[in-house]
Amino acid sequence: MDWPTAPAPGTAPDQPSESLIADEAMALGEVLPAGQFPEEDETFHEKPENQWLEMWNALIANRAAMVSLFFIGFLVLVAVFGSYLTPYNPIETNMANTLKFPSAQHWFGTDQLGMDIFSRVIAGTRVSLTVGLLAVSIALTVGVILGAIAGYAGGWVDTVIMRVMDMMLAVPSILLAITLMAALGKGIDKAVIAIGLVSIPEYARIVRGSFLSIKENDYVAAARVVGNSPLRIIFRHVLPNSLSVIIVRGTLGISSAVLDTAALGFLGMGVQPPQAEWGDMLGRARGLIFQAPYALLFPGMAITATVLAFNLLGDGLRDAFDPKARVK
Amino acid sequence: MTDDMLLEVRDLTTDFEMKRGTVHAVIDMSFSVAKGEVLAIVGESGSGKSVTSLSVMGLLQPPGRVVRGEILYKGKDLLALSKHEMRDIRGNHISMIFQEPMTSLNPVLTIEDQLTESIRTHMKLDKHAAAARAIDMLHLVGIPSPEKRIKDYPHQMSGGMRQRVMTAIALSCDPDLLIADEPTTALDVTIQAQILALINELRDKIGMAVLLITHDLGVVAETADRVVVMYCGQVVEQATAAQVFERPMHPYTLGLLESIPTMEDTEVDEPLYMIPGMVPNPLNMPRGCAFAARCARRMDRCVSEMPPLYAAEDRKLRCFLFDPEAGEEARS
Repeated sequence: MDWPTAPAPGTAPDQPSESLIADEAMALGEVLPAGQFPEEDETFHEKPENQWLEMWNALIANRAAMVSLFFIGFLVLVAVFGSYLTPYNPIETNMANTLKFPSAQHWFGTDQLGMDIFSRVIAGTRVSLTVGLLAVSIALTVGVILGAIAGYAGGWVDTVIMRVMDMMLAVPSILLAITLMAALGKGIDKAVIAIGLVSIPEYARIVRGSFLSIKENDYVAAARVVGNSPLRIIFRHVLPNSLSVIIVRGTLGISSAVLDTAALGFLGMGVQPPQAEWGDMLGRARGLIFQAPYALLFPGMAITATVLAFNLLGDGLRDAFDPKARVK
Repeated sequence: MTDDMLLEVRDLTTDFEMKRGTVHAVIDMSFSVAKGEVLAIVGESGSGKSVTSLSVMGLLQPPGRVVRGEILYKGKDLLALSKHEMRDIRGNHISMIFQEPMTSLNPVLTIEDQLTESIRTHMKLDKHAAAARAIDMLHLVGIPSPEKRIKDYPHQMSGGMRQRVMTAIALSCDPDLLIADEPTTALDVTIQAQILALINELRDKIGMAVLLITHDLGVVAETADRVVVMYCGQVVEQATAAQVFERPMHPYTLGLLESIPTMEDTEVDEPLYMIPGMVPNPLNMPRGCAFAARCARRMDRCVSEMPPLYAAEDRKLRCFLFDPEAGEEARS
């Protein structure tokens, strides 16, 4: 029941409509003492924790997600202040000093052109994170809009949008990205566009699915009843309810975008040499795996750690958003 | 007479085009609601009551479609309005409350957001004035300390409270007509009584008309002025509430009323009355009267012909028993 068993007498004398209702209820034979309207106790009305605060608490309790979050924070700092942290110029070759084993001078060793691998890994952080974030932003924006329209409108609009998405999904995304790069030309900005475009269907699908279930809710019908326009219903009533799904998908999406960037770099389609990029570093050193394994190990570790961090954070966010998965 | 009519529905027919055939959810439905009147539409699940209300609001989702008829609101045909004009009618002139208070409020918006939304849209008030009106509305529907509760999210409220908030939202722009689609079905009895009392009280205060959709005859008895009984998308009896409860005439209405358990004059061993048989498949409706197969007073012509809506005494009845041309012997 929604109120405590003993409402204080006279709690509502100044509210005539309530006593009237109580009287009417009495007249209808309900067991309400005269003049007492069931008042909800103040203890039931403590300001409960904010939804986002609750989520944040759940996230803090997840150790893997927190470690990942700190690591991502660290990566962001490295990306921003990278140029002050590099002991050597990451694009300066030194032919007298090629393929040196890691040492006090060159922490991660040097590559076949004598460039400092540590400096290059640091410089590559900025590229990977920027491409990852920008590509996801493009995919998210377009995908959410398309998915929202498809899910909310339904009918032939839905069919047309989703069949196009299916066509894009039928081709492996990296192959599609390579094809796009071939059409757009080399360069990091083109890589952002290519990776962004190929990941649109994932977001469109997930947003459409979430819209399909949310729009059936009575509160969406209620929003229509009070005379809201479709755009307002989509953005104010439906979208905020699917935000958790979008945030989780977006976080996981950054990791796959980082991976795609590395793959394009590995194939020599990302950054232009001599600029440093993790995938490009792997690609150039792949013939040296037995001679100089450190030339592959460190950029490879950077990719793995970054992808893992975003994946773990995404998983943590998913658990934090799901009240049922929260451990008391 | 017609001048007093707020809403007049004439020959409304709503179809659902399904892959397996067309379902006539509402067939030639006609009724009217006068200013300040409570009209109840009664019927069992699937009888077309909710489709009727959605048709009036213009909120039918495909494959549902109004194929015929007129819905006149203050003499204006709502079916002829553009989407934009219809949005102005909704919330501002005709409002609606739903069955499920637990899901009818958006979980991510505060009560204030949801209340002020329609106020700002329709009444063109600024933020402060809208908030003040929202608090007044919460006060009106009997929510204690509305200044505090207005900042709440729906999950902080009980079912009864939420239905009050829903009512407040529906009434916030002073609609002339409130459509209440089973407003009390999901609530327990004490709260039910409060909400019904509230609707009655507000009707007296504001003078709005109410179109009450329900399957609960108890609710009808407490609130309605007039009653439309629906069966399989058709009106089978239309009369004042007093007439229906004192002397139900259509065999279906009779059956409905007899199916209600009563405290008095029931032998302990006697099982509760039940209308025999089942509602016919909507895709395969019988040629004659939809109720014929279940009717205790079925005649031969009931199976082959659809009875029209006869005006008998001062009510309307869809049954050959009341055919003025039929002999007296048919009735006995």
